[in-house]
Amino acid sequence: MSEYVKEIKNPAIPSREEFYQALAERHGAKLQEKFLQSSVAICGLGGLGSLIAILLARAGIGKLSLLDFDRVDLSNLNRQQYFVDQIGMYKTDALSRNIHRIAPYCEISANTVKITEENIPKLFGQESVICEAFDNPETKAMLADTILTQFPEKYLVCASGMAGISSANLIRTKKITSHFYLCGDQVSELTDGEGLFASRVAVCAAHQAHTILRILAGLQDN
Amino acid sequence: MLKINGKQCDYAGMTISEILELEHYEKFRVAVERNQEIIPKAQYDSVHVQDQDQLEIVSFVGGG
Repeated sequence: MSEYVKEIKNPAIPSREEFYQALAERHGAKLQEKFLQSSVAICGLGGLGSLIAILLARAGIGKLSLLDFDRVDLSNLNRQQYFVDQIGMYKTDALSRNIHRIAPYCEISANTVKITEENIPKLFGQESVICEAFDNPETKAMLADTILTQFPEKYLVCASGMAGISSANLIRTKKITSHFYLCGDQVSELTDGEGLFASRVAVCAAHQAHTILRILAGLQDN
Repeated sequence: MLKINGKQCDYAGMTISEILELEHYEKFRVAVERNQEIIPKAQYDSVHVQDQDQLEIVSFVGGG
């Protein structure tokens, strides 16, 4: 159990077994066991990553690796899964706490780091799926290139195109190779006139989270 | 002929870098897959595409 949960010492928190049973009733025991044994890395904890992490934690994924170098800012609160009293905190710390209030037995490894081509080999290990949730297009492309060439056995789920207020129906998931998925409308770029709306970013985040669950469930068709 | 993102193109023999330039892609904002395999950026100048190749150029835009 995490340090945070120990701090609460709240007898009302259900046991690990009770949590597992409740999830197994929803998802089926066989699938739940797969989720529990799974490990997923989330790169970037902004509008996409913070929600993807929460969705995966709620699904009962056993281990989450959270990576981001940044702190929570007031401008994040329109779409990112943080609270006002967390402004100024590292996103890794704030999100770890938020997830543990939802899923106290989710094992989190939080890494406050700027991901570069050079440090990628050291940052990933047991995760079978890596989720790209950056905002910068060059960093997105760098991660895709590096992961797909250096870790060909891992699955990569990326995002491109979720800014603006165009229809949410344009956001979809595309399977690029056997281990590479892309979510988004592929064109809607963040510009001065085209902001990021929580609702449209959430659609893309949900596509990514759901694609990850399907990969873990062994349903790799699209 | 080869296919790029599902479209027929007459680019056989060209390098990935040449194709990206012709199609107005920015090298550092894409991932390129050929016949289900990713081509590392370091090889964009040396890999020549061939007739019947299937290329997918994934273009990343900002926001997340």
